[in-house]
Amino acid sequence: MQGGPENATTTDEPYSSRVAFEVNGASREVTLDNRTTLLDALREHLDLTGAKKGCDHGQCGSCTVLLDGRRVKSCLVFAVTVDGQSVLTVEGLAGPGELSPLQAAFIAHDAFQCGYCTPGQLCSARGMLDEVSMGWPSALTDDLNAPAELTDVEIRERMAGNLCRCAAYPHIVAAVRETAAA
Amino acid sequence: MSTDAVGRAYPRLEGREKVTGTARYAVEYPVDGVTYGWAVPSTVVRGRITRIDTTQALASSGVLAVLHHGNAPRLVPGPDLDLRLLQEPSVHFRGQFVAVVVATSLEAAREGARLVRIDYDAGPHSTVLTDDHPGLYKPDHVNPSYPTDTAEGDFDAGYAAAPVRMDATYRTPAYHNNPMEPHATTAQWRDGQLLVHDSTQGGSPVRATLAELFALPPESVRVITEHVGGGFGAKGFAKASVVLAALAARHVDRPVKLALTRQQLFGPVAYRTPTIQRVRLAADADGRLTAICHDAISQTSTTREFAEQTAVYTRSMYAAPHRRTTHRLVRLDVPTPAWMRAPGECPGSYALESALDELAIAVGIDPVELRIRNDTAVDPDLGRPFTSRNLVACLREGARRFGWAGRDPTPRARRDGRWLIGTGVAGSSYPARARPSSATATARPDGSFLVRINATDIGTGARTAVWQVAADALGVPPERVEIRIGDTDLPTASLAGGSMGTASWSWAVIRAAGALRGKLREGVPPDVEVTAEADTADEVGGQPTRPRYAYGAQFVEVRVDADTGEVRLNRMLGVFAAGRVVNPTTARSQLIGGMTMGLSMALHEEGLLDERYGDWVNHDLATYHITGCADVESIEAYWLDERDDELNPAGVKGIGEIGIVGAAAAVANAVHHATGVRIRDLPIRLDKLIGLSALA
Repeated sequence: MQGGPENATTTDEPYSSRVAFEVNGASREVTLDNRTTLLDALREHLDLTGAKKGCDHGQCGSCTVLLDGRRVKSCLVFAVTVDGQSVLTVEGLAGPGELSPLQAAFIAHDAFQCGYCTPGQLCSARGMLDEVSMGWPSALTDDLNAPAELTDVEIRERMAGNLCRCAAYPHIVAAVRETAAA
Repeated sequence: MSTDAVGRAYPRLEGREKVTGTARYAVEYPVDGVTYGWAVPSTVVRGRITRIDTTQALASSGVLAVLHHGNAPRLVPGPDLDLRLLQEPSVHFRGQFVAVVVATSLEAAREGARLVRIDYDAGPHSTVLTDDHPGLYKPDHVNPSYPTDTAEGDFDAGYAAAPVRMDATYRTPAYHNNPMEPHATTAQWRDGQLLVHDSTQGGSPVRATLAELFALPPESVRVITEHVGGGFGAKGFAKASVVLAALAARHVDRPVKLALTRQQLFGPVAYRTPTIQRVRLAADADGRLTAICHDAISQTSTTREFAEQTAVYTRSMYAAPHRRTTHRLVRLDVPTPAWMRAPGECPGSYALESALDELAIAVGIDPVELRIRNDTAVDPDLGRPFTSRNLVACLREGARRFGWAGRDPTPRARRDGRWLIGTGVAGSSYPARARPSSATATARPDGSFLVRINATDIGTGARTAVWQVAADALGVPPERVEIRIGDTDLPTASLAGGSMGTASWSWAVIRAAGALRGKLREGVPPDVEVTAEADTADEVGGQPTRPRYAYGAQFVEVRVDADTGEVRLNRMLGVFAAGRVVNPTTARSQLIGGMTMGLSMALHEEGLLDERYGDWVNHDLATYHITGCADVESIEAYWLDERDDELNPAGVKGIGEIGIVGAAAAVANAVHHATGVRIRDLPIRLDKLIGLSALA
């Protein structure tokens, strides 16, 4: 990764940097304004519009992607900071023409309506299931030493960072529960 | 007409696109040479722009233009002052869009917007609704075209003579629709033709508005709305975003993407007015209502009149010989309030259904039974029988499923550790309407069919429901039917709003399918494509006036922390009678979504206005709270099998809004049952419970 004034073409130009990172398994390299968020890099520079901009302030979760396997709100991540890292977006949750079990469960349980928060819900759920499998507790987990048990209460708590104004919440919980149990 | 597809739980047709991230929304289409618009809001409430300095902004890297009233393309003056954007230096509310910066990147546009310097000559303002505001007036009608006031019998005499009386005032704050997708538009001009991808609930009305504003024939405007990330009324007609994007694209002669920020959604595009509602009820000793009065106050702006029909719910819901409803408005220096899920019925039902709960306690009658006793087969307002009215059946079925029987009405009678437990009920109702639409149906030589209609699927499942209706109307399996919606190149149709989308669109599709079948030999594909079209304008317009309503009953159990006053929802259960249900899967999602928004209204949502700045201070999703996943423990929706042949050919009543109606009252009534504290001003915050009573 490069950056700084010497990298700009003129002093009037915004600072920009070459950023190389992996997106959905493919290497991508792109020159970006240093102010560009990971979300805008995906949407405006890589034509990956699955991650959604609902608030641009990390408050709604619609932009959630996985960064080196951990869920992040991509609107709060500057793209220049992910150089060398690996990003997984909703477009990469399954192979071309395929659906992951989680995606299939979302359809089967009607875990969305307008669909705008859905990519964030899916990425968040994917990351959350990995967190549970690693034994990470949530704020509601009583026993920090025992393996995390994925009850409905735990699912709701762990998915609380992803807002859905259509309020598909019970169906999201059902889809996640089913996927986790499979 | 066979009924194989209608009533079956098909998954959403666009489900795969939505879960793979390939469904494209308004600003997600690749466009060559695209630029980015960023709206600049006013920082004063009322006044005039005296100077705009764009020097710094224009010098900033990547900025192509700054549009404002001094240089923006001229719009044809129309009736909606809110859409006369960038035409005049006047400012009518804080946050009014007064400039747009266009740049080659989002970052440059945003930075440019920061650098625009605007001087104002600001005057005093009035932005707070009060029940004694000197500007209170009586509008000519309330939304959309109801009489402002109604009266039957003699309310004052009836009220005075009754043995049981109840008089209370209920308040609701400003609510912000907050669809997850902000208002957003991609606008492109080509050879005098305007193409927009817009996040709207109705492409056909947006096209009409743009054609008028830009003095174009309607066929020169195309609006595409393939996927829309929610609306809830906020995208019911053309809003600032689409006009600003079209102005900017014309000005720079390049395509422009313009999405409002989340903060910019809190006012300039839509919100639900605050309300102040006085309800007076009188009853005999058996709980039969003898007098009902509902006086509603709400606000509008100085630019356009919007009169929330808050008390209209009370006109037809329960019977009484002496009845009166009134609406009064105040013009404040605020953005124009607009539709939000069940305008009128939503806030109005909170007041009336809360008041009924208070009356039930006053007369010592179970609140379910009280509603049953005051049921009526004849619309008290129109004086004509309802086409169908299954309120009582909903109440009984809901009570059975919820386990209402044997409820001890005594407040604070149930306790589980530190939690006080309470249950509440409310009625629910929403009008069943339809609007004219047109559609075409085409038979292809390969045996497949194409149905075209400019319907909009804002998440309701409309695409799937209309497809199911079309298959049955064509008498073929749905797999052989292709449906196209969301484009003004398709036959003109009504918007997705007022719970009338499916009723309106399926009507046109059924007529087009019928006309097509008349042109075909049954079961034999044609040699060449055969198309039939239908326009329901005459048929819908000629429909006899009858009271047509969907009904429901909402049941809620809450627990309230006796120490902190925290309210948690244990369970919520709704039973609805909404005519034929086309798709049980998407219908359940709609109803649950409405009920959850009602829960959100009861416990979380509140626009907090700072009078000094004349604007809401909690204008984002961190500070304006909406119900989240962890708030919803159990929520269930059921419906009755209801047939009503006097609605529309598909026999549907609409389900987008009824889920929210009565929901907040059911929560408030449950909170009272749990705590003995009656909250008459939403939301039910813990400080109000602690402040009113020593709970423990």
